[in-house]
Amino acid sequence: MATNNLGPVLSAFERRPESLISLLQAVQESLGYLPPDALGTVARHARVPRSRVYGVASFYSQFRFNPVGRQRVAVCRGTACHVGGARFILEQLERTLGIPEGQTTEDMEYSLETVACIGCCGLAPCISVNDEVSAKLTPKKVRKQFKQARK
Amino acid sequence: MTAGFEQLRQAAEEQWDRLTASDTPVITVGTATCGRSAGALDTLDVLRGELAGRDLEVRFVEVGCLGPCYAEPLVTVSLPGAATVCFASVDLKGARKIAAYVAGGELPEDLALATTGPDSIPGIPDLMDTPVMKGQVRRVLRNCGVVDPGDIGHSLARGAYSGLQRAIELEGDARIAELERSGLRGRGGAGFPVSRKWNFCIDAPGDTRYVICNADEGDPGAFMNRSLLEGDPHAVLEGMIIAGLTIGAAEGFIYCRAEYPLALERLAVAIEQAEQAGFLGPDALGPGRPFRIKVKEGAGAFVCGEETALIASLEGRRGMPRPRPPFPAVSGLWGCPTVINNVETLASVALIFQHGADWYAEYGTARSKGTKTFALVGNVKRPGLVEVPLGTTLREMIFDIGGGISSGHQFKAVQTGGPSGGCLPEDKLDIPVDYESLQEAGTIMGSGGIVVMDERTCMVDFARYFLDFAADESCGECGPCRLGTRQLLRILEDITQGKGSASDMELLEGLSHNVMRGSLCGLGQTAPNPVLTTLRYFRDEYVAHIESRTCPALACRDFIAFEIDEEMCNGCTACAVLCPVDGITGDRDHLHEINAAVCIKCGVCSDTCSFGAVETVSARP
Ligand SMILES: Cc1cc2nc3c(=O)[nH]c(=O)nc-3n(C[C@H](O)[C@H](O)[C@H](O)COP(=O)(O)O)c2cc1C
Repeated sequence: MATNNLGPVLSAFERRPESLISLLQAVQESLGYLPPDALGTVARHARVPRSRVYGVASFYSQFRFNPVGRQRVAVCRGTACHVGGARFILEQLERTLGIPEGQTTEDMEYSLETVACIGCCGLAPCISVNDEVSAKLTPKKVRKQFKQARK
Repeated sequence: MTAGFEQLRQAAEEQWDRLTASDTPVITVGTATCGRSAGALDTLDVLRGELAGRDLEVRFVEVGCLGPCYAEPLVTVSLPGAATVCFASVDLKGARKIAAYVAGGELPEDLALATTGPDSIPGIPDLMDTPVMKGQVRRVLRNCGVVDPGDIGHSLARGAYSGLQRAIELEGDARIAELERSGLRGRGGAGFPVSRKWNFCIDAPGDTRYVICNADEGDPGAFMNRSLLEGDPHAVLEGMIIAGLTIGAAEGFIYCRAEYPLALERLAVAIEQAEQAGFLGPDALGPGRPFRIKVKEGAGAFVCGEETALIASLEGRRGMPRPRPPFPAVSGLWGCPTVINNVETLASVALIFQHGADWYAEYGTARSKGTKTFALVGNVKRPGLVEVPLGTTLREMIFDIGGGISSGHQFKAVQTGGPSGGCLPEDKLDIPVDYESLQEAGTIMGSGGIVVMDERTCMVDFARYFLDFAADESCGECGPCRLGTRQLLRILEDITQGKGSASDMELLEGLSHNVMRGSLCGLGQTAPNPVLTTLRYFRDEYVAHIESRTCPALACRDFIAFEIDEEMCNGCTACAVLCPVDGITGDRDHLHEINAAVCIKCGVCSDTCSFGAVETVSARP
């Protein structure tokens, strides 16, 4: 969807400053990220200056200013996952996908990120791929899961 | 409304009785996030598929999380005329066995965890007699893993909204009196008495008031609120409506973190059903007295769990805290008096009005009443969500309910209270878990995360982990937190990388106290707790890193090396093939060797070796 077609997405929300975060979430949901001109569109809709839109968007870690891969791989860095060896999972993913944390593969298939806590601590360590959680991981399992996909 | 409620409840009870005493088989599958991550949806598919072809009517019910995460996916089967059996760790093969049982085959006893109904089966314990459940008192969690959170009828049949009916019948003052008698204290962290908070709000001048449910659950390692929202959303809604009734609000907001998509989905369904039933809407609190609830999704900022930051976020701003007073009870959302409570607090409010304050206060200690849910995780045999009376000891939780430390390892430390809490050693395990005792020991109750560690966790690295988190999540508004957490992090990084110096421990202590004293909100005021408690109870580990340049846990990379054991290595080449830096040499069927000069200590070799031949050894940086 192009930025200039955001009308229907925005019109679900009241044209007030307090809609700002919900608006940004809705735009990101439909475009995958927040391109610069979308920020202007949101500013006009919420009736706030563009600077405020950027200020809010940059404060929250959910918002992205660059396109992401079709599969968003998020490694949980919660405490139970940390104790269970999350850093080995992250490093294995960096090697298998060939990108460092925070980046997207060139073919736009995978993005690799970390997330504060998925809340599956009883089954640590875990990751989520587009909101679907895989649990009780080891570097070996991760390598297998993504190696097949990378072929 | 009251007559209408009786009708609704009766209909729901009949529906529930038909389900529980059904003459068709009923299969319940726990499909909360934890169940799903263990494969519950695949298990459900197989069960459905296997039973579809047969001439057999089967009812499937999807429920929330029963608590024992280690045993997911959990499947409960109730056959007419037979005891209800709960099966654990049901993978696809297990699902086929269970399907065969439902179709008239044999009971797969190896998968049976317990029976859950009144009937028993020799050799299989009742669920509440199993070690994991025995010490627990399931009150807040009574419906989790039992009811279908997508069907308000299930909750109604088990008492939901009867507390609201009672609250409506009570006089205004009697509601607060009930809460006061229950002794309920906030479950989000600080433990502030709920009756007092609500009273402040009632006394504050203003025409418009709000109720906010704090469902941000930001503490890493905690998932009590997620389970409750996914498994029994109506309990939380009922608590909010009672709050609205008591303080005189017509609108409530649930601020739920975006990382909980399933909880958000279940909440939306629950709100819609509560609206249809009239518990929310124009006459929710009585004729012409509306109450509505809106859900707002968080956007990934830990500090937004802090109440004033949460309110700023709800108002569409950057989630930065502001100085208190004024407290939100006096000046909250849009400057209006606002009650803000945690998910579990509100669910407990519903319980108190359903069963009475005296019933609620049966459990607990003199100053900490009732039960509390905890996320028991880390290196324990049986991680999961547990609920115990306040005053239960950490030892009982970790060793009786949690089954002790994962096999082959020893207990080292337990962390309570998330990033704001602290780590306790073995000799503190007998203190009762209540607000005051934990505080005396240097940690806090917090929201209920309990992370257990064995000898493989380095306590200096663990403190570093939390400071990394705090520095990352510090909103940047006040200097002591923004700069102080970063500085603490740097010192801890130095120590874990072999660059620590003799004065570092004193520096950490001094800086910690200053950050605590100078920070604007709870984030900075408590962020040094993991540093101070590890310094207090595990000082020898700091000394080892700084003075003898060793990491006793063999966890910090700069203090370790990998070596291949001559006896154990059979030359299978698996490690050499996978080594990302080609740092392992050796011919097939011959001893392999690691080239220390190129080794990046990623641990792939030791993870890969099926023969346990790769050892981690101490090495000076
Ligand atoms: C940095 C920080 C994060 C917090 N995060 C949460 C949270 O995730 N959930 C919560 O209920 N309370 C959280 N709190 C506590 C809230 O500020 C507030 O005390 C609580 O919501 C009050 O509810 P209660 O009295 O029912 O516990 C946090 C506090 C601080 C300082």
